[in-house]
Amino acid sequence: MYRYDEFDAQFVHERVEQFRDQVARRLTGELNEDQFRIHRLMNGLYLQLHAYMLRIAIPYGTLSSKQMRKLAEIARRYDKSYGHFTTRQNLQLNWPALKDVPDILAELASVEMHAIQTSGNCIRNVTADHFAGAAADEFEDPRPYAEILRQWSSIHPEFSFLPRKFKIAVTGATSDRAAIQVHDIGLQLLRNDKGELGFAVYVGGGQGRTPMVAKKIRDFLPVADLLAYCEAIVRVYNLEGRRDNKYKARIKILVHEKGLEAMRTAVEAEFAERNDQRLRLPQSEIDRIHAYFAPPDVKPRPAQSKAFETRLSADAKFAAFVNSNVSAHKVPGYGIVTISLKPIGKIPGDATSDQMDVVAHLAEHYGHDEIRVSHEQNLVMPYVALDDIPHVYDELAKHDLACANAGQISDIISCPGMDYCSLATARSIPVAQRISQHFGDGDRAHAIGPLKIKISGCINACGHHHVGHIGILGLERKGVETYQITLGGSADETCSVGDITGPGFSYEDVVGAVNTVVETYMGLRKDSAEDFLSAYRRLGMAPFKAALYEKNPGADI
Amino acid sequence: MPQVISANRLIDGLLVFLDRAGSWVEPFQSAAVYDDKGELELALAKAQQDVGANKVVDVAAFEVKSKSGILSAVTMRDIIRTRGPSVRPDHGKQAQFS
Repeated sequence: MYRYDEFDAQFVHERVEQFRDQVARRLTGELNEDQFRIHRLMNGLYLQLHAYMLRIAIPYGTLSSKQMRKLAEIARRYDKSYGHFTTRQNLQLNWPALKDVPDILAELASVEMHAIQTSGNCIRNVTADHFAGAAADEFEDPRPYAEILRQWSSIHPEFSFLPRKFKIAVTGATSDRAAIQVHDIGLQLLRNDKGELGFAVYVGGGQGRTPMVAKKIRDFLPVADLLAYCEAIVRVYNLEGRRDNKYKARIKILVHEKGLEAMRTAVEAEFAERNDQRLRLPQSEIDRIHAYFAPPDVKPRPAQSKAFETRLSADAKFAAFVNSNVSAHKVPGYGIVTISLKPIGKIPGDATSDQMDVVAHLAEHYGHDEIRVSHEQNLVMPYVALDDIPHVYDELAKHDLACANAGQISDIISCPGMDYCSLATARSIPVAQRISQHFGDGDRAHAIGPLKIKISGCINACGHHHVGHIGILGLERKGVETYQITLGGSADETCSVGDITGPGFSYEDVVGAVNTVVETYMGLRKDSAEDFLSAYRRLGMAPFKAALYEKNPGADI
Repeated sequence: MPQVISANRLIDGLLVFLDRAGSWVEPFQSAAVYDDKGELELALAKAQQDVGANKVVDVAAFEVKSKSGILSAVTMRDIIRTRGPSVRPDHGKQAQFS
């Protein structure tokens, strides 16, 4: 893992003290709310429906056991003993008091963490594949480049007041688990014909009220030019992005209105003009950062583990867990364990302090001290020996952390929605809970197979509904919650924005509508190997629309 | 429709309501109810002074109903604000004052 050097440590410590002074001045009235708001937002502190909310950055979703324990301790001491892991690989605390936030930030700094740039119109926490460094289909760990981008973008003086927020995601695997094509910049590590390492660069993806799949602006960017090229993109955006309309201020609108070719020409011109070696990454620096992400000492083991296989054949529940929650590892004899934060009927992404401590303990003893947070609101232990997985499973199960549903219908992404968020127009968590309870994690859920449901409580799309295989958007119509359903969205390498089925459904009817969609799929799929997304892409909207509206005339409200 | 004035307390962000004495209180049922528009505007002006005095932020009036002396909010958003998260009955005002 990356460790702060003296500059990082000093920078974060100074920011804590600056914010401590700003909070003190706010509480005495020296700063009014208009003056203070920008400072609190730049430190990740929002004001929500019930209280303040602190959004803590988890760079590229990577945590050590010590850091996870600190998050548990902070939640216990300063909040209500739980936190909410988000689609941005961050952690949100829902009840911190303003007077305590400087102390919370100081606690975070003690374990090399912060909440800087988790809000505001700046470059936000850089996200990455949550299986980075471990996945069998990965050929290069994206985290060193995510870390280089983090260092470059932290309080970048030119890019601290962009037209709007700016999100970058990086992956180094063939399967895109980082949703790079719905980010402002998406970076896909690859090798060219000469075997040189570089990036395919995507630009202008995003969700919100105008969902767009990113366009590829560069087929191959040498890794040494990563910062210079990203700087060129963000500079063009900073100069030409709209500031007259908040809803048209993201780079996706600029790319759309300007056109990809014109955008490429502008970026390449900026890149050529300014690429004066200042930002060219020396190989020595790439190597230095890489060293922090060297794989733990995972010695290859026999590909078959007797303990693992014995349990697999004797315990159907364990077998179901392995089937959905254990992924192929690049090192023989190891597995990647996904810890579902979606127990049936529970709040997606929430974890108690006690659960965080359990995960920290298991990672420390059985997972080479590494934990990941996925944008799908789950936790991951990326390095677990197959021999240890039965014991890890048993310990997880004792703490409601062993639900065998990763990637399945009850593994639902949900934003906090109107239960917490001041922007929300409808509840999203209880809809997720009801769908989860309806389908469960039993035989029926397993028969349905891979299916990603994603729910947002407003048009800002924090719940990624546009790229859900089934997406649900909660809106408000004449004071009543209504839920629009989209089908066929996907955040993976076949990225697509879902199609709206038609008029929305009431809070009461939306679970039934999802059930109708699922039943229609089950009735029309070729066989159990054809997953929902494949079936939808083959069948199109018509049969689903017919099932939703023609057979259910009362659905429209 | 009758209205209640809410704000978030500066020091901890918790939702508070203006009561008849002009104080900010945590229990929703202690909130002053304004049936008269002129009276509401006067109270809002007083509430705004407390923003200037750095006691509260985000002052707002919202519609309420009263039945048998029990106040309830009208919109789902305000119902959740005045109770707490619907998915966490152990937190918020619903846990503190019911």
